[in-house]
Amino acid sequence: MEHESVPLYWRNIPSYYRLAARRCRKCGEVYYPPVVKCPRCGSSELEDFQLPHEGELVEFTVLRSVPTDYMKQKPLVIGLVKLGPVKVLGQIVDAAPEKLKAGQRMEVVFRRVVVDGKYGLVMYGYKFRPRP
Amino acid sequence: MRAGIVSWGAYIPKYRIRTEDIAATWGDDPARIVDLYLVYEKSVEGYDEDAVTIATEAARRALRRGAVDPKRIGAVYSGTESKPYAVKPISSILIDALGLANNVFAVDMEFACKAASDGIVAIAGLVESGRIEYGLAVGTDTSQGEPGEHLDYSASSGGVAYVIGRDGVAAEFETIYTYNSDTPDFWRREGSPYPMHGEGFTGEPAYFRHVVGAAKGLMERHGYKVSDFAYAVFHQPNGRFPMRAASMLGFPPDKVKPGIVVTHIGNTYNASALMGLARVLEQAKPGDKILLVTFGSGAGSNAFVLNVTDAVLERQKADVPKVDEMIADKIYIDYAMYLKNRKMVKLFE
Repeated sequence: MEHESVPLYWRNIPSYYRLAARRCRKCGEVYYPPVVKCPRCGSSELEDFQLPHEGELVEFTVLRSVPTDYMKQKPLVIGLVKLGPVKVLGQIVDAAPEKLKAGQRMEVVFRRVVVDGKYGLVMYGYKFRPRP
Repeated sequence: MRAGIVSWGAYIPKYRIRTEDIAATWGDDPARIVDLYLVYEKSVEGYDEDAVTIATEAARRALRRGAVDPKRIGAVYSGTESKPYAVKPISSILIDALGLANNVFAVDMEFACKAASDGIVAIAGLVESGRIEYGLAVGTDTSQGEPGEHLDYSASSGGVAYVIGRDGVAAEFETIYTYNSDTPDFWRREGSPYPMHGEGFTGEPAYFRHVVGAAKGLMERHGYKVSDFAYAVFHQPNGRFPMRAASMLGFPPDKVKPGIVVTHIGNTYNASALMGLARVLEQAKPGDKILLVTFGSGAGSNAFVLNVTDAVLERQKADVPKVDEMIADKIYIDYAMYLKNRKMVKLFE
């Protein structure tokens, strides 16, 4: 599988590692992943906005046919989690899918997301798991 | 005021393997193995966890417990012997994972299981010299053991982080003493997947000489008695060694048992004694004195006397998972899953 380039990964580190989002100074809309121009009002004046590290599970799905990078992590559980003003898509770990329920509390965890072979970069980022 | 622990955070991965399941795989008598090591089960990292992710979780909790602004951290030192990269520091990844400022001293330290406590010593020095306001010392490991070998029964995964400073101290460093020598008890050569050790040699000339040497040296130099301490916490490669070290020093079991975690999570290496200390801090009272003795093969020990202050009560109330809660929050896995999570199944890459 072709990975994100090292420079692109590096540029995305604040959003991947810490869920750094952007908020439009004009209309107040929050965007994650971050954008450079507000799609709602067209303003280019955006500021950093830190998403909370806890939220609520909106919905999830269980994938058994998965991309090459995730072949060893089947089944892959992907969920939509409401973190403050936005819903964020991500992998759910440390949980049996049959025990997950929409509406339950989730926490953000820091995990390996993509490992570029035996010698390449280990790319880290956020995932979700149920809050104990 | 002297430097001390302002805040702490621990992280134990959720997965556990029972000692009896490891013994069954390799044809050992489970009862004999449990009796030998006093380790009933051990923590195992998830497939997507490593020393970096574990360090990040522990450090985030330490910052949250003390409500410490990440931008006021002036040093981050990580002690580990399971770096995901041979060359590329864990500590630099922590800068961005935690949102620290770039004007921060950052380095990974290696002295087997002792390095994280050397990070504490170095940061305490930076704080007391006035060069930094707060520093973060992290112990993190996904420790290695050859399948079927002695270490397979104890080598586990976990991390602890301590915010060290002078403002808002919950446990002050009253004194520190060290005892080091060249002792070939345990080593791992470059490129080797598993460490080698001197079996019985790891006891008397290594663990006991250095742990007892550091504790005795500290107590004699500064005039401490066993009765001065409410708790004693030792490095814990298994359940027997810390109890025996305590007995050699004259500590009764009730002062040592609160700091024993190895029986239920195994040896988390750089987080071993420091995880025991975290558990003790979660129950200590202001005025308690704690003796902490770490150990790293190669070999050496750092001994600390900590004086618990009123601020500990505030820290204990923080909404951060306690060590006991993490010990209880677990998912059992079998030996096949254990090998998968630890990446010990050979795959095409």
